[in-house]
Amino acid sequence: MLQYLLKRLAEMIPTLIGITLISFTIIHLAPGKPTDILTDFNPKITPEARERLEKYYGLDKPLIVQYGLWLKRIVKLDFGESFSTDRRPVLDKIWDRKQPLVDRRLFVTFMINVISMVVILLISIPIGITSATHRNSLYDKVMTTTVFVGFAMPSFWFALLLMLLFGISLGWLPISGLKSMNYSSLSAPGQALDRISHLVLPVFIASFGSLAGNSRYMRSSMLEVIRQDYITVARAKGLPEKVVVYRHALRNALLPLITLVGLSIPGLIGGSVILESIFGIPGMGQLLFMSVMTRDYPMIMCILTIGAVLTLVGNLLADIGYMIVDPRIRTHS
Amino acid sequence: MDRHSLISITWRRFLKNRLAVAGGVVVAALVLVAVLAPFISPYNPNDIDRRHILERPGISHLLGTDDLGRDVLSRMIWGARISLAVGFVAVGIATCIGILFGAFAGYYGGWTDRIITRFIDIMLTIPTFFLILTVIAFIGSSIWNIMIVIGLTSWMGVARLVRAEFLSLKERDFVTAARALGAGSLRIIFRHIMINSMAPVLVSAVLGIAGAVLLESSLSFLGIGVQPPTPTWGNILTLGKDNLEIAWWLSVFPGLAILITVLAYNLLGEGVRDSIDPRLWDSERR
Repeated sequence: MLQYLLKRLAEMIPTLIGITLISFTIIHLAPGKPTDILTDFNPKITPEARERLEKYYGLDKPLIVQYGLWLKRIVKLDFGESFSTDRRPVLDKIWDRKQPLVDRRLFVTFMINVISMVVILLISIPIGITSATHRNSLYDKVMTTTVFVGFAMPSFWFALLLMLLFGISLGWLPISGLKSMNYSSLSAPGQALDRISHLVLPVFIASFGSLAGNSRYMRSSMLEVIRQDYITVARAKGLPEKVVVYRHALRNALLPLITLVGLSIPGLIGGSVILESIFGIPGMGQLLFMSVMTRDYPMIMCILTIGAVLTLVGNLLADIGYMIVDPRIRTHS
Repeated sequence: MDRHSLISITWRRFLKNRLAVAGGVVVAALVLVAVLAPFISPYNPNDIDRRHILERPGISHLLGTDDLGRDVLSRMIWGARISLAVGFVAVGIATCIGILFGAFAGYYGGWTDRIITRFIDIMLTIPTFFLILTVIAFIGSSIWNIMIVIGLTSWMGVARLVRAEFLSLKERDFVTAARALGAGSLRIIFRHIMINSMAPVLVSAVLGIAGAVLLESSLSFLGIGVQPPTPTWGNILTLGKDNLEIAWWLSVFPGLAILITVLAYNLLGEGVRDSIDPRLWDSERR
């Protein structure tokens, strides 16, 4: 097991290099340079000054050299300084040590994604199982329809509708930010409650899209497993249906779902841009959006890299989950 | 047509699936609306009318007006063009790339396969929305750029599919026969195997259009899609967000249009899948 993990970790390195190389090339080959934004609005700037500026940012060197230098610094976890006027270290903007943990951008995005993932699994697995065991019942049909509609629902639109309903018409939930204006004057439990109420809509929206796909997958995979001989044997032995479904069938039925969860991680992380911009959440996605608009290369590279690392780690966790659920894989490796 | 030919069986199976037919009808209607946009839209989509700003849906403006007094229905009709064009072109690009990579990986195996598979895995690990966002913001958000970028970042599914098909098909007798007759690799790939692996690709393309439509509208919604004044469903929704408290119709109708479109492509795709998969033919009678 340990050997397998080490092998997987080692495999992540070339993948990560591949991802960062692709991202780096795309960003730097795109027409227009960050220095253009600084110089375009300044008619007095001379070509020499522009060159000096490019040299300052290291943009004058060949692409592969720039990438090499970037990679060398990354090993020391130095993502460079932001191109924006504040010149702060990039990492500091994502993980601001002066702020409480729950307000740091990376943590905010990470937390929303993890909570959403848990919500997705907690809801989609039971829905999938019960749809499969009550196949073609009214419940199954309602669920199938809901899932189909949910699959097609544009998340940002659904978010708008829910904001309209719960935020504006009913006034039950806040629709923007992570905490209220009067946050600092609240008691500790009040602060916790305030944060939770701000997270309800974003987490619901983030989970909703995958909820549909995952419960559908769980259903078909359960249907597949239930047809197999060993389930018939278990039933023939006279085991109660609950034991048959939840002890014998569930383990095998979970396998494809784990793969799917692993595959859906990039989507969740990528979706945080939309989610955070709708709900005005100060997370990593929002920062990426702002950095992209100002061509803040180091910032963009840092966020793309962190996104890739999170995905790779998520995939690794999915594989570990796979091994826990499926003993056959453990003995093979 | 022969009553028992493969195509007629498939067609009849498809017609039996009412939801899939409904999806097909909606898609056909959308194509019609997009093509006929200049004739059926009640107003010019870009006509500004300062006297009728943010008007509720009513008789003169069926779906209301936006913050510049433009007719929402007309803008949505013209927006159907964008959504349709982006869907088809982006998926066309993705499908071509996917077929090429998948075919070469599956047919040649060995190092070719290993490199391509690795590349697919890497592309699947990148949160592509980050990449799309970055590239679009950099190269500008013309409709062509958006089609190309969506196409370049969504070919991996097709490639995997085609690779799997090729892996199994290349061992079949008809390939050996073709080779024995002296056909070259490229001829075998493109003339013999590819034809036989098109069915699943077609299904994944139809489903892929749904994804591309969603992606385009989310880019528009973020303000980096096709730029106003060109009407898109996504950028009407952005106005809806800005006027959420006073003009619900700006949020509700374009979103509904996206939802119905995506739903229709999904139903159509699943219907096609079910009707061309011979393994499912018997299961229906059960």
